[in-house]
Amino acid sequence: MKFGVGQPVRRVEDKRFITGRGRYVADHAVPGQAHAAIVSSPHAHARILGLDVSAAAAAPGVLAVLTGADVLADGLGGIPPLFMPQNAQGPFGYRTLRPILIPDIVRAVGERVAMVIAETPAQARDAADLIEVDYEPLDAVVTLEAAVAEGAPAVWPDCPGNVSFSLTHGDPAATDAAFAKAAVTVALRLENNRIIANAMEPRAALGLYDAADETYTLYATSQNPHGFKEMIARDVLGIPATRLRVIAPDVGGGFGAKADCYPEDALVLWAARRVGRPVKWVGTRSEGLMGDNHGRDQLVHAELAADAEGRVLAVRARALHAIGAYHFSAGVAPLLYSLRYIPGVYAIDTVDLETRAVFTHTSPLGVYRGAGRPEAIYVIERLMDELATRLGISPVDVRRRNFVPPARMPYKTQTGAVYDTGEFEALFDKALALADWDGFDARRSESEARGRLRGRSVAYYIEHAGIYNDRMEIRFDPTGSATILAGTHSHGQGHATAFAQLVSEQLGIPFEAIGYIQGDTDKVMIGRGTYAARSSLIGGSALKLAGDKIIEKGRRIAAWKLGVEPDEITFDAGMFVARSTNRSMHMTEVAIASFQARGVPEEFALGLSAAATYSGDVPNYPNGCHVCEVEIDPETGAVELAAYAVVDDVGVVINPMIVEGQVHGGLAQGIGQALLEHIVYDPDSGQLVTGTFNDYCMPRADNLGPLAMAHHNVPCLTNPIGVKGCGESGAIGAPPAIMNAILDALRPLGVAHLDMPATPSRVWAAIAAARRAAA
Amino acid sequence: MSVELKVNGRAVTVDVEPRTTLLDCVRDELGLKGTHAGCEHGVCGACTVLLDGQPTRSCLMFAVQADGYEITTIEGVAPQAGELDVIQDAFCEAHGLQCGFCTSGMILAARSLLEREASPTVEDIREAISGNICRCTGYGQIIEAIQLAAERMRGQNAPASPSLSRTEAVR
Repeated sequence: MKFGVGQPVRRVEDKRFITGRGRYVADHAVPGQAHAAIVSSPHAHARILGLDVSAAAAAPGVLAVLTGADVLADGLGGIPPLFMPQNAQGPFGYRTLRPILIPDIVRAVGERVAMVIAETPAQARDAADLIEVDYEPLDAVVTLEAAVAEGAPAVWPDCPGNVSFSLTHGDPAATDAAFAKAAVTVALRLENNRIIANAMEPRAALGLYDAADETYTLYATSQNPHGFKEMIARDVLGIPATRLRVIAPDVGGGFGAKADCYPEDALVLWAARRVGRPVKWVGTRSEGLMGDNHGRDQLVHAELAADAEGRVLAVRARALHAIGAYHFSAGVAPLLYSLRYIPGVYAIDTVDLETRAVFTHTSPLGVYRGAGRPEAIYVIERLMDELATRLGISPVDVRRRNFVPPARMPYKTQTGAVYDTGEFEALFDKALALADWDGFDARRSESEARGRLRGRSVAYYIEHAGIYNDRMEIRFDPTGSATILAGTHSHGQGHATAFAQLVSEQLGIPFEAIGYIQGDTDKVMIGRGTYAARSSLIGGSALKLAGDKIIEKGRRIAAWKLGVEPDEITFDAGMFVARSTNRSMHMTEVAIASFQARGVPEEFALGLSAAATYSGDVPNYPNGCHVCEVEIDPETGAVELAAYAVVDDVGVVINPMIVEGQVHGGLAQGIGQALLEHIVYDPDSGQLVTGTFNDYCMPRADNLGPLAMAHHNVPCLTNPIGVKGCGESGAIGAPPAIMNAILDALRPLGVAHLDMPATPSRVWAAIAAARRAAA
Repeated sequence: MSVELKVNGRAVTVDVEPRTTLLDCVRDELGLKGTHAGCEHGVCGACTVLLDGQPTRSCLMFAVQADGYEITTIEGVAPQAGELDVIQDAFCEAHGLQCGFCTSGMILAARSLLEREASPTVEDIREAISGNICRCTGYGQIIEAIQLAAERMRGQNAPASPSLSRTEAVR
């Protein structure tokens, strides 16, 4: 089937992007729109003693200057976190509320202090520079260890010690016992570097207010427009949600950072009401680096106990995980997953895991591609290599001795995950073959002949894909074509194509005629957007269930039209066939009949449509193996990816071309985290050091090397279409694969440990230190 | 101040402040929204346009400096309205884009490369697009798209059937 499931169908959304006709928020221009600029805090922690806006207010083109005092005067609320552990029977955390403009104390560089609205963007920016804020700087902490140190300045006075909550898993006493009897134990201190999504489209917001109807419209760079609507209407503006429409048009990438609303999304709506004009704000890259949610930033002390053959007996971990100055967005989620997936794909009977949520004077930490799974897999995969090194066995053997075998599926981990499927060892062997693992010695000799060090690694990831329920609708029109109304939200993932493939195949209707609507809260009844690799599972399964309802209703309509009983009707490949006769009707004809102006039996109601909900309460478990070879120049510390092979199990594939792009894109972000990317704050002043793309190093085409990809797909058993997620996989598997390969290359020189990112200067310094120690 | 520009083969006169960047001029004065601001400091390449065929950061240049150059934006790439050129078609065929935000700059960088090098190696392609950041694709399918376009431009392959057209409403 040319457009069916499994085909590399060209994306229907591409034409507007390749011709420059995409419409992102910043591209929207509405009549009379004014422009906003934000004044940000230059201090990590300071009290606002005074704020003089008179010069700004008098500047050319300025329509209004708004401050935290105005927010308070207008009775606007702050932005709460999406959830706290206590909302899910977890421990009680210190809940914060983030003001949309700060009236009193700033708690991070980049906090929004004032907003200027002017006729042009340049006038708004010019006037913003005229605002004088009198700050009393206060002591700040930006690193995890400093934040939990004795006597550290408190980000929140009511939360001394800066720990909001701690989460635990496992059995400490059993773990102690396992460590006591272990033949070997290993321990690591691992930093999971703070990074940032950096979607290429900076965030933007355009707010409209209709004074006659008292309604608001927001154009938002959002992965989740209904979530924005709910939070802004309920928590910030305090209006019935019926008065707010949120539209997420073309959105230029999200990766988690656009999953929930930011102060600017509410500010433009409020400002539009205040000035009586539409107000548009378009963020700069530096504002994004400073003020978008960051990701990761975790410090773990991890230990592993094993028997003499390398079978893992227990894992213990104590982590600190930064949450920044506020609990914000789904920022709690990474902590949950960072513990739950530490066992990875291995049968580990005993664990004792703890993580603490730590406030720091920095931008909040949110969900970023993988959200906790990269942290978890990094811990276990680094430990496995450490164990192999200690025992003097190969990283292949140590993993092989610990995999959960297919015979034990469904397998429940000690942290409560239930893996339905997974052929870990078979996939592993496929990856080793793809990478020519056994031919490594020759390649290493060749590298050494050129003065380069060569190292290799094999790492295995598993991930939790899908969360929450969602609703999808299929709606026919009187001409017989169908439109998908999606609760999910594509911002690069190709849903308009993949979902149409599913519907075309199930209902037997022409792919080309299927319409697609998403991202508008007035058009789509409810949706939760796209993140956590959820949309193939939840959107796809809900579409399947909606399609089942369409077929069921279609059967009754066909029976009516063909004059037979509904149970006489069979459906296959788009045709309703009356078994006892030679008569049939196509789905399109049935749809047209359902819209007849006369004669439709009342019980059918008018038209043909169906909505269905699917819940992600049971996630799926994509998994796979990364085999990496690096080449290192010992004179410069530069690391090159010499070879990289990935084999994934992503279940049933809807569109292989899209899956390949998702895996490859995730991989590039994982490579970025391992080798290049790092959000750095100055530890003393709390200043953001990496505030531009000159300082924050993004992966480029010439940073990536050859890549071999293959699949070992095992259909998921817990959802009706057999899919597993694919969006986060690459970002989870790559960091441990790369770091383990680098360490494999450097261990002969005496380098025992390295943290991410493995920049040339860090690698060079590690080599130099090892040489000094050996001398 | 008044500036005369030649954009996508058409002569236009715009009235801009001296500090207006070519990027803002193209987007806001000429309404060509396919050129994107990704970093405003000349690193990411989302704002790439061609000046006399050379890929150029329109965010790092004032509109007044562009006087006298032939400016090509993504809107000027297709031979006719509603059609695609070979590179655009290859980006779709090879799935060389996801969110689409960097795509205009990528296609223009590719066009510049293929105009001077008909048979680029993978390394040539990596080099040519290494000034353009893509956060979605990991570049693999972009490189494949450019290889495919090069192959087709060399006449070794017929273009694929015309791209699909269908109704779609996402906004």
